[in-house]
Amino acid sequence: MATTTSRTTSRTSTPAARGRQRHTITNPRKNGTLTFFTGLFAFYCLLPLIWLVINSTKSQADFVSTFGLVPGERFALFENIAAVFTHDDGIFVRWLLNTLLYVVVGATVSTFLAALGGYALAKLDFTGKRVFLFVVLGSISVPGIALAIPQFLLFAQVGLTNTPWAVLIPSFLNPFGLYLMWVFAAQAVPTGLLEAAKIDGAGEFRTFVQIAMPMLAPATVTVLMFSFVAIWNNYFLPLIMLKDPAWYPLTIGINQWNKLATTAGNGELLQNLVITSSLLTILPLIAAFVMLQRYWQSGLTLGAVKG
Amino acid sequence: MAALTHTGPVAGATAPASTPRRMRTRRRQIGWAFVAPFGALFALVFIVPIVYAAYLSLFQERLVGGRVFAGLANYTKLAADPQFWDGFARVVRFTIVQVPVMLLLAMALALALDSLRLRGSKFLRIVIFLPYAVPAIVSTLMWGFMLGVRYGLFRNLNDWLGTSLDPFRPGATLVSIGVMVTWAFTGYNMLIFYAALRAVPHELYEAAAIDGANQWRVIRAIKLPALRGSLVVTIIFSIIGTFQIFNEPQILPSMVANSGITTYYTPNLYAYNLAFTGSQQGYAAALALVMAAMTIAIAYAVQIRGMKRALQD
Repeated sequence: MATTTSRTTSRTSTPAARGRQRHTITNPRKNGTLTFFTGLFAFYCLLPLIWLVINSTKSQADFVSTFGLVPGERFALFENIAAVFTHDDGIFVRWLLNTLLYVVVGATVSTFLAALGGYALAKLDFTGKRVFLFVVLGSISVPGIALAIPQFLLFAQVGLTNTPWAVLIPSFLNPFGLYLMWVFAAQAVPTGLLEAAKIDGAGEFRTFVQIAMPMLAPATVTVLMFSFVAIWNNYFLPLIMLKDPAWYPLTIGINQWNKLATTAGNGELLQNLVITSSLLTILPLIAAFVMLQRYWQSGLTLGAVKG
Repeated sequence: MAALTHTGPVAGATAPASTPRRMRTRRRQIGWAFVAPFGALFALVFIVPIVYAAYLSLFQERLVGGRVFAGLANYTKLAADPQFWDGFARVVRFTIVQVPVMLLLAMALALALDSLRLRGSKFLRIVIFLPYAVPAIVSTLMWGFMLGVRYGLFRNLNDWLGTSLDPFRPGATLVSIGVMVTWAFTGYNMLIFYAALRAVPHELYEAAAIDGANQWRVIRAIKLPALRGSLVVTIIFSIIGTFQIFNEPQILPSMVANSGITTYYTPNLYAYNLAFTGSQQGYAAALALVMAAMTIAIAYAVQIRGMKRALQD
């Protein structure tokens, strides 16, 4: 954050450092070619999303018969949305609520535990701290899917599979979040301030909650945001852990509709549902990303300095 | 006060009398109390399953007799399993092509954004990052419909041109998956590079300008070295990601016919199918452990090389 402000302030204060008038190092001449090529890549990023928006406004018949990137003959978006919410006794609402449960509880708990642990590793002294950090950081490079199968078998033995706990418990753990919090707390929380709080009689936990937590805010938003996305988008874990559609999150639910849509027989009937429900699934995340970008991007900057 | 502030191992060893022992042990306990919830969860979700997987990998499920102890038989079987090596070779081929393409693109985009020479750079930055927010199932659906020849844009294209291109024919499916994965993760990597570039002290650019350095020289001498640390991180994360490709080959067969995706297309898909449809859990556990070991080995090799290079400067 500090570098961002220094750069923007010098934009106004630095005189023309090089030959050209008005254009400075902090405000160089805009380059059309560079903008074109970056824009080309941005188009590749947007194209599938544009396709999704256009096709969620089509009726099933238009979806099959009309060109993919132009609207259909009939505007059927609201029909499709109504169909998504009412199909199969409104199970989509149940999937949405499940997803919210997994995301809100999972992201909150995992971020709090990462903040607590990362802060302690950066600011408190205890034996075995380095070993702890080393083991946790090492775990980041273990593929999640390699763990999921033994996790499933363990959870099955204690009867946790097919319950929300099977999805929640693994999502409480966020080693990369702990790493970000550790790096961030080491830089952003002055030790002297913590000592002062303790001299004033605050206990360790109260010091953490009242002094350190507000200072960790940018990292907290970043970690919260990324675990939010990870849990919302998680596919593999709920796929193996859950058999009962009543506990499905949106991702598994949509794929179930997708499979029904492509099997012969009642095939053609469901594709507009699949597409419209996909759009409804990504909209909240995209909205959150755009609205909160200032906060999580500043957190990411501080995380990347050391990385 | 300073001695109290830094109760590090060194300070404690040189001046044991200055810090009351009781206070130090109390602080140590508090440190552990802070990490205990994370640590307990880590044991439950990470360590116990790995130990359990190691235990399971020593057993085989037999038609007669059920689960029997088999020693290292699963591992020797894996070493000679053409299906495992086929999937393994596929993810290695994929990694060798996709990771450099994606990271070079991400780096070029980050440099372009950081050059301050783009119009609408804020908009471009968020748009390029957006795919990261899209779940694998939705991403696979969109690309499946767009690249598929049944309903997709490619059917329209083939109709116009009179061709019969199929991005999901067996020889091309891996390339199409590469297009999908690159779409999903380039923006994420770009942001990591961009964040590292923003952390470069501005004085360096002013000094370079005074010395008469041009843009390319600034990129070579200041910006690229500043990206080294984040390059190591992104390479490691990308390799971990490509080694566990699962979602796309698991979802695609229900959308496109004759894509050449087998039950052992990637090691993870193979492990999943072994454990859940073939009920060979011991063999699947052995496979998962071997893949984890190989991923860790590669991640450490990259890290050590990255650190060596950083030390040489």
